[in-house]
Amino acid sequence: MRKVSVLLFLAWVCFLFYAGIALFTSGFLLTRLELTNQSSCQELPGPGPLPWGSHGKPGACWMPSRFSRVVLVLIDALRFDFAQPQRSHVPGEPPVSVPFLGKLGSLQRILESQPHHGRLYRSQVDPPTTTMQRLKALTTGSLPTFIDAGSNFASHAIVEDNVIQQLNSAGRRVVFMGDDTWRDLFPGAFSQAFFFSSFNVRDLHTVDNGILEHLYPTLDGGSWDVLIAHFLGVDHCGHKHGPHHPEMAKKLSQMDQVIQGLIERLENDTLLVVAGDHGMTMNGDHGGDSELEVSAALFLYSPTALFPSVPPEEPEVIPQVSLVPTLALLLGLPIPFGNTGEVMAELFSGGSDSSHPHSSALAQVSALHINAQQVSRFLHTYSAATQDLQVKELHRLQTLFSKASARYQHFLRDPQEAEAALSTLTAEFQQFLRGARALCIESWARFSLVRMAGGAALLAAACLLCLLASQLAVAPGFLFRPLLLIPVAWGLTWTILYAGVSVTTGSKIDLVVLGAVAAAGSLLPFLWKAWVSRGSKRPLAPLLPVPRPVLILLLIRLATFFSDSFVVAEARATPFLLGSLVFFLVAQLHWEGQLLPPKPLTMSRLGSSAPTAPPRHSGAHALWLGIGLLLFTRLAGLFHRCPEETPACRSSPWLSPLASMVGGRAKNLWYGACVGALVALLVVVRLWLRRYGNLKSPEPPVLFVRWGMPLMVLGTAAYWALASGAEEAPPRLRALVAGASAVLPRAVMGLAALGLVLLLWRPVTVLVKAGAATSRTRTILTPFSGPPTSQADLDYVVPQIYRHMQEEFQGRLERTKAQGPITVAAYQLGSVYSAAMVTALLLLAFPLMLLHVERVSLVFLLLFLQSFLLLHLLAAGTPVATPGPFTVLWQAVSAWVLLATQTFYSTGHQPVFSAIHWHAAFVGFPDGHGSSTWLPALLVGANTFASHLLFAVGCPLLLLWPFLCERQGPKRRQPLPGSESEARVRPEEEEELQEPLMEMRLRDAPNHFNAALLQLGLKYLFILGAQILACALAASILRRHLMVWKVFAPKFIFEAVGFIVSSVGLLLGIALVMRVDVAVSSWFKKLVLAQQR
Amino acid sequence: MKDTDIKRLLYTNLLCVFSIFLSIFIPSFFVDNFSVLEAHLTWLCICSASVTTVNLLSYLVVKPNVSSKRSSLSHKVTRALKCCVFFLMSCFLLHIIFVLYGAPLIELVLETFLFAVVLSTFTTVPCLCLLGPNLKAWLRVFSRNGVTSIWENSLQITTISSFTGAWLGAFPIPLDWERPWQVWPISCTLGATFGYVAGLVISPLWIYWNRKQLTYKNN
Ligand SMILES: [Zn+2]
Ligand SMILES: [Zn+2]
Repeated sequence: MRKVSVLLFLAWVCFLFYAGIALFTSGFLLTRLELTNQSSCQELPGPGPLPWGSHGKPGACWMPSRFSRVVLVLIDALRFDFAQPQRSHVPGEPPVSVPFLGKLGSLQRILESQPHHGRLYRSQVDPPTTTMQRLKALTTGSLPTFIDAGSNFASHAIVEDNVIQQLNSAGRRVVFMGDDTWRDLFPGAFSQAFFFSSFNVRDLHTVDNGILEHLYPTLDGGSWDVLIAHFLGVDHCGHKHGPHHPEMAKKLSQMDQVIQGLIERLENDTLLVVAGDHGMTMNGDHGGDSELEVSAALFLYSPTALFPSVPPEEPEVIPQVSLVPTLALLLGLPIPFGNTGEVMAELFSGGSDSSHPHSSALAQVSALHINAQQVSRFLHTYSAATQDLQVKELHRLQTLFSKASARYQHFLRDPQEAEAALSTLTAEFQQFLRGARALCIESWARFSLVRMAGGAALLAAACLLCLLASQLAVAPGFLFRPLLLIPVAWGLTWTILYAGVSVTTGSKIDLVVLGAVAAAGSLLPFLWKAWVSRGSKRPLAPLLPVPRPVLILLLIRLATFFSDSFVVAEARATPFLLGSLVFFLVAQLHWEGQLLPPKPLTMSRLGSSAPTAPPRHSGAHALWLGIGLLLFTRLAGLFHRCPEETPACRSSPWLSPLASMVGGRAKNLWYGACVGALVALLVVVRLWLRRYGNLKSPEPPVLFVRWGMPLMVLGTAAYWALASGAEEAPPRLRALVAGASAVLPRAVMGLAALGLVLLLWRPVTVLVKAGAATSRTRTILTPFSGPPTSQADLDYVVPQIYRHMQEEFQGRLERTKAQGPITVAAYQLGSVYSAAMVTALLLLAFPLMLLHVERVSLVFLLLFLQSFLLLHLLAAGTPVATPGPFTVLWQAVSAWVLLATQTFYSTGHQPVFSAIHWHAAFVGFPDGHGSSTWLPALLVGANTFASHLLFAVGCPLLLLWPFLCERQGPKRRQPLPGSESEARVRPEEEEELQEPLMEMRLRDAPNHFNAALLQLGLKYLFILGAQILACALAASILRRHLMVWKVFAPKFIFEAVGFIVSSVGLLLGIALVMRVDVAVSSWFKKLVLAQQR
Repeated sequence: MKDTDIKRLLYTNLLCVFSIFLSIFIPSFFVDNFSVLEAHLTWLCICSASVTTVNLLSYLVVKPNVSSKRSSLSHKVTRALKCCVFFLMSCFLLHIIFVLYGAPLIELVLETFLFAVVLSTFTTVPCLCLLGPNLKAWLRVFSRNGVTSIWENSLQITTISSFTGAWLGAFPIPLDWERPWQVWPISCTLGATFGYVAGLVISPLWIYWNRKQLTYKNN
């Protein structure tokens, strides 16, 4: 089997999974259809007379305008309770002192002194609570769907009808200042605009100060009809410090002054709207749908009396989109076409002439009527365009509307029993509007079951393929080429067939379906083969090759994906399962007698007769490995970020950046600990390399480890020092600090890239010594520390390796006598693969660490220690069969995946969008990225899936480590029955065989090596694939579950992206091992040529 | 191996099961509103005490490990002291292991420790009764082909099932059912108790079932 075909086979399996994921996703995450229809002034939304009171008024559109000007102050992330006063819960006691409470005093003063002029609402926000989705909703009145959540980086102009568009067509001048998200949403819509970059969430003041510079001059200048100011400081303060930080109090007080200043300057025809686009969680993040995120504040004020009644004790709860039709009608504009909000009727009561006895109620009803007409028209148009909406419910609503509408017309012609009739009409219109909104909310989360089932089936088939092929790969006589060529041919045939059919029928080619067809087509021959051989000689046992305890653990793990509680608690469940697996491994070693020290065995009368091989590790050794692993896992678990669903849980304070710490001393201590972790990580890896001797090599990668890595540590430490203390820098150093915090991370990343390039260029880290060796010593592979001192040290030889090499390349030549002088000595060939892997992992770890907050570096240190311990423990239980076939045990792969998942959580991540570490996008780019979107997405993605990447790349270590550990054990080894190792041991070589060959055993059997790599990749893909399949099934079975958008859908998306990252990492890791293998081969070849000369 | 041996094992085990039932029902005669969930810690103590007593009694009466050699009183005393030390050590060790598996470090220390006590009662006390404070013998019993009598076989089964029960008991904790028994460590103690009872009941039956295949090295 060739190396390339291993990689190609794995890539094909990955493609199968990708196609399945894509197909499932396209059925599961449906988007809403965006209609481009526009409302217009001339065309009323429905038949019937003009609304009451709009005769003969100039500028009247659907309704006469009540305000000619509006000031909209949008304070990002202004949660509802931010606008509340500081009250004491228990009378008599002083109020609870929370930084964010009671800071908006001007609102409270208005509410008390002018109750008819202002009103505070709790506006209920539709998830997803990301700023762009909220801005879309606040201007169009519709419901941006879940899938839009990802487009926060690449926002696009709104194509639906919206208030800004209507203002423009009515010729009003809209002036904007603040968040530049508006520029992308409404290109060219503002008569005057002051945009400030919203991207740098660490910067609290630039946007707000920029607005304040222009706000009052513009206001006083008067050349505006609608003035929008979008402040970002509160939101950024939340992201940076959280709502409970004193900085939040300062920020809110500043906002209070702004509002106070505006109130003083308002004229009588102006309406002031102060609104938050969403709330924020306890940690200051947003994006999900927790109660704190979806409750925003909304405050209305006008110098003229607005409300007929005084405000209620507890502010009213209204949907956020209610603002859209309300503002439109108050300004005398048509309601945007796709609006689903319900007009705030109370605002339409005053102001009209009091000639009519029930003028106020009638005005409210006519506003509601217009609103209902518009929504009814939208529903009609929308249901004609797609079949999204539920027909039955739609019909019921239409009937409701037409009845209410008829009664309204009748009432206008013949006003009898006005009071009762008007209140019935109000109730009916409101019922219709709320029903329509509920219908839309429900319908825009609808699924394509066919695609979901197809995607899940594809995933399941790919898993089955992995399972079977991983068994077949190591079997003798595994014919590989047909297994690769036939599927490709079939896949191509089906693709062409599908493309031909869709071209002839004239339908558009759907790339997702195309991929799925290709994948399914390429799977067909395999499935057919499996089906045919099902009943034949092969028993069922190889179908379930997973050992039973591991299978049970795996099934438990997969079952947890179906319970929202367990998905939420995964951060705690994964270490538990990992610990159970570790405990099981230790117990199994003991049970099999491999762990028992020889003494009790002989004492117990059994040991002497039992033919078990002597243990490779002493009992205490494996036990300590297990306990150490548990301890490190527990320590890593201390870095725990709480999911929003468990309010009682407290997130670890160590996951916040050092910059947010207040105490100077504690900060310094932590900084020291973080730098210590960096140094420790480097030292650990260097010690490891030195132990196996690879640090002696003069090759460039080793030189890089010796000199480049400390530089990287230095750069990282300096960057952290700047980042944690940037606020305190004196002003004249600001520019320098800003420059350095851009340069340092880039330098570290550049160094890492350089190291990786060097590693790829010269991956063989061995030291070759030419010269005549006079005597060979038995202490050949004792690790030495420091420079070689004795002649014995200098005479490191690799007789066995060399002999194999000779056999390989010089078979035709006459063999020199085995004991003859060998003139070449090569060091550390036994760990050449692992050394390259570990170096690569460390090089990857440094940039990834840089993207995390400082204290997570401790987790990275723990991660390396954990994986070392785990590898040692696994190696203790893995039999090494020479000359093959080599296998990677299922428990090893499962433990590795569990460790990767555990690290995902302990690096402060959660599978929800609000927990994404957006700040990672600014590492090295403190001023944002301009218009580029792929770079920040890459940085944030690397931050989120760091553990997936590291563990996937490091996966081949599972295969290599047992060979590496060989040196520690006794030399005798039980040959596997049927293996031919005995035959190969020639009498004169017996002595040499005792010297550990370590990883050179792999090279001795290249076919088995490749098969083992393939098996490793397939097993890893199987476990990841089974997880993604479980997630997909959970999301589709529980699609009506309360938690589907909160828990299952984000979990699926994270798991899917994690799978893609992991599979790419896996391919890279295996490719790296192969690169080393190729390099070792050419190195041998060169050596032999040099010998021959 | 004779059927009478298996019968004796069954009766001894049933006595242990009975002692657990007693620990559930007897206290309600003395304490008002006693229930296993409400007064969980009390129950843990009572259960632990009664199971220990029954184990010791049955050990003294049945004497499964026939050691013919007479030993002096001082030897017996040191042996008893050693047993106590072993028991305490196992409690602390289990406590540490629980913390490593994710139990809270500072809160609920007493609860965690009592759970450790109960689990050691189910596992360590029978070991001490049967094998004495001899770690090597313990290690032997819990390895492949290590058991030498039906008593040791039963010990192996009950111990493993107690641990398995405690392990399974951890699974309901994250679920949002809001039941009183989902609190740490109640579900685990209940799981361990169920596991222990199941092991006690199953082991004689299992041995009876497999009596043909079971051949112990020394009888
Ligand atoms: Zn926002
Ligand atoms: Zn934000």
